[in-house]
Amino acid sequence: MTTENIEQPKTDFILSEEQTMLRDTAKQFFSEQVPISNLRKLRDEESADGIDREVWKQASELGLAGILIPEAYGGTDFGITGMGLVMEEAGRTLAATPLFSSSILSTLIMLEAASENQKQSILPAIAAGEMIVAVALEESGHHNPAAISLSAEKKDGGLVLNGRKTFVLDGHIADKLIIVARSNGQKGDTNGLSLCLVDADAEGLKVSRSKMVDSRNSAEVTCENLTVSADMILGTTDDGAAPLESALDQARILLSAEILGGVNEVFERTLEYLKERKQFGVPIGSFQALRHRASAIFSEIEICKAVVTFALSQSDKKSNQIARLASLTKARLGEASTLVSNEGLQMHGGIGMTDDVDIGLFMKRARVQLQLLGDPSFHRERYARLNGY
Amino acid sequence: MSNLETFREETRAWLEENCPASMRTPMPDEEQPWGGRNPSYPNPDTKVWMERMAARGWTAPAWPTEYGGGGLTPEENKILQQELKRIDARPCLNSFGIWMLGPALLEFATEEQKQKYLPPIVRGEIRWCQGYSEPGSGSDLAGLQTKAEDMGDHYLVNGQKVWTSYADKADWIFCLVRTDTSVKHEGISFLLIDMETEGVDPRPIKLISGSSPFCETFLTDVKVPKENLVGELNKGWTIAKRLLEHERAMISGMNMGAGEASLGGMEELAKEVFGELDGMIAHPTLRDTVTKHKMDEEAFNLTLRRTGELAKAGHGIGAEASIFKFYGSEMNKRRFEILLELLGTNALTTEGEGHDQDVMDISPQWLRSKGNSIEGGTTEVQLNIIAKRVLDLPEGGQA
Ligand SMILES: Cc1cc2nc3c(=O)[nH]c(=O)nc-3n(C[C@H](O)[C@H](O)[C@H](O)COP(=O)(O)OP(=O)(O)OC[C@H]3O[C@@H](n4cnc5c(N)ncnc54)[C@H](O)[C@@H]3O)c2cc1C
Repeated sequence: MTTENIEQPKTDFILSEEQTMLRDTAKQFFSEQVPISNLRKLRDEESADGIDREVWKQASELGLAGILIPEAYGGTDFGITGMGLVMEEAGRTLAATPLFSSSILSTLIMLEAASENQKQSILPAIAAGEMIVAVALEESGHHNPAAISLSAEKKDGGLVLNGRKTFVLDGHIADKLIIVARSNGQKGDTNGLSLCLVDADAEGLKVSRSKMVDSRNSAEVTCENLTVSADMILGTTDDGAAPLESALDQARILLSAEILGGVNEVFERTLEYLKERKQFGVPIGSFQALRHRASAIFSEIEICKAVVTFALSQSDKKSNQIARLASLTKARLGEASTLVSNEGLQMHGGIGMTDDVDIGLFMKRARVQLQLLGDPSFHRERYARLNGY
Repeated sequence: MSNLETFREETRAWLEENCPASMRTPMPDEEQPWGGRNPSYPNPDTKVWMERMAARGWTAPAWPTEYGGGGLTPEENKILQQELKRIDARPCLNSFGIWMLGPALLEFATEEQKQKYLPPIVRGEIRWCQGYSEPGSGSDLAGLQTKAEDMGDHYLVNGQKVWTSYADKADWIFCLVRTDTSVKHEGISFLLIDMETEGVDPRPIKLISGSSPFCETFLTDVKVPKENLVGELNKGWTIAKRLLEHERAMISGMNMGAGEASLGGMEELAKEVFGELDGMIAHPTLRDTVTKHKMDEEAFNLTLRRTGELAKAGHGIGAEASIFKFYGSEMNKRRFEILLELLGTNALTTEGEGHDQDVMDISPQWLRSKGNSIEGGTTEVQLNIIAKRVLDLPEGGQA
């Protein structure tokens, strides 16, 4: 080993030039093509899709839909950190796209579990933005993969699914769904899950749209004797839990990056407001009660940045600490986004309560993100368990 | 083999040979190595260890060799710290001279002053204390009144300092004094005073923890040679602020993990006290409290690492570092509150048959931790600094 090799600073926290360029591209794209007015328009016009397909097409042409996908399958292969940077920018403008559902959650499950054939038939279409794949995971109002009970009976080498799923992000516009089903063991067992890829129009599958408080969409999914042939099972029957967990952890970290983007945006806007809004003849940001809270929030955000950046870089390095770090990150960002959105609204006073001001939109998005893939108490409990206490 | 690998091997071998066995055990408070003119060494190995390290300049590893320091690069210093940690070595020397005064002298003192003051600090021969706070000026430090009059060949100092940590044990004091009463910040100078000078009178103050680590320091007609002025006359505030940055950095990293270390870690302690359920802490709400804290610690450590990396890569950090003093000291206070909660009345016992000394040692440390968010600038002052220097918020709102 040469001295030069050893003295290279470890870059857990510093972006490469390539990554900086990607971030700038994403920043420009989201701020110009998908500003918050885009979400307002979808909401106010009661868009049937809940996303802007034209925007998704542009994003895909830029390569954003395939960031996690290796070049061999038509992706741009910028890795987890690259995707994290994109998510952070997406979080700043509340961009409503299938980036998380299709290009992150589904893609990661495919990468972790699918066979070569399955990858070849699905990933290039995801990378091109031509196919949207959603994941049907949750069965109650709280994230809990071990509690999955949607039943999968073994038949002719395949499975027959019966049961209900809820909170399926972008389920109503998906071309395909990955349904997580229990083919072995009982509700509460960590293992015994199977990952089933099904067409949205398959017989026995019913998908209905629900609207969420953040003006994004999820779906209720019902399976009634839905047949899944052997070649549509990702990986092996009964062995879906491990690849699922690994995919979920990476997705939790990427989701945290999106939350960080929202947190930064809310804080920057609030800071502007503190400098500009006058009461008693002076800017409200000169009142110590507000200054101190702003400083404490700043400190919290600095900590969030370190945690997210580290978790992203460790994911790229395939560290064996990912599960712990995912829980550390998701719990912290969930708490931080609650704090910052609440404080941001409070410091805006009455105007913060109006729909005209964006703060409320961020607050609503923050609560959905908080529940998605585990709220802070879920992750604190998990972090303690993973650490053995 | 690279230079650094060689350095690591040599360091490891040297430490193996030179760090006495008793210096690799947990340190009782009375064996803290403070050095000075009248040092106390209940364990003679403390002295041996300090002197061996000092001979290599490793009591101040990063300082230049011409002033007795180790002259190590940041990478080498990191290796040294790792190797010390590897063998659980005790600190070889506690020193306000190394932590606070030295870095300021390296930046602001004359060559002559550096030659005079730095080597004895490295060797642990002179113990320094900090004469900043006064009864009337704490947070508003620049309002200080202790005055130094120019008497031609010397300064005549009169006034009172307070909260002077270890003034009764220190050999010298670095003092902020007023040399111009017509202006505030621009009328402050930085003066070094030998505690043996006539008119210097430190009187210990008893604290809530029962110990008396700090003093009121009375200065009455103290004659100080003019060459003891550091930097220019009336330009002491710049030095004072820089020194505070070093102090704050020290406090934010201070005590991390101390206290519970001898008890085997907060999470192990919780298991011991409340039992285990499937290998987990059996008390669900305290388990969550412990977990929250452990997550805070990990996140804070990552933040320190990130800042270190950014600084190294030339993305300068400035007042952002104030978050460390604020967050680190508040976190340390929470830590001791949790330890008290875990240990219950056992930690509140100060003497008693069958009581564990390690556990009884927690309450003085808990009380001491309360000072973390006061010393070196209070939490409120740190938040003011962030608001002003980092967030650029306007000032002056009263209503
Ligand atoms: C353990 C310990 C060791 C110390 N060692 C030394 C030492 O060696 N040498 C030395 O010189 N000093 C030392 N100090 C003193 C320390 O620096 C001061 O106590 C500190 O700066 C606060 O000053 P004060 O005690 O006068 O409190 P005050 O300034 O009177 O503060 C009282 C309260 O008012 C708040 N406050 C004050 N101003 C503001 C403001 N602008 N906005 C909002 N809140 C405000 C403070 O945050 C605090 O809560 C030590 C203190 C402690 C606790």
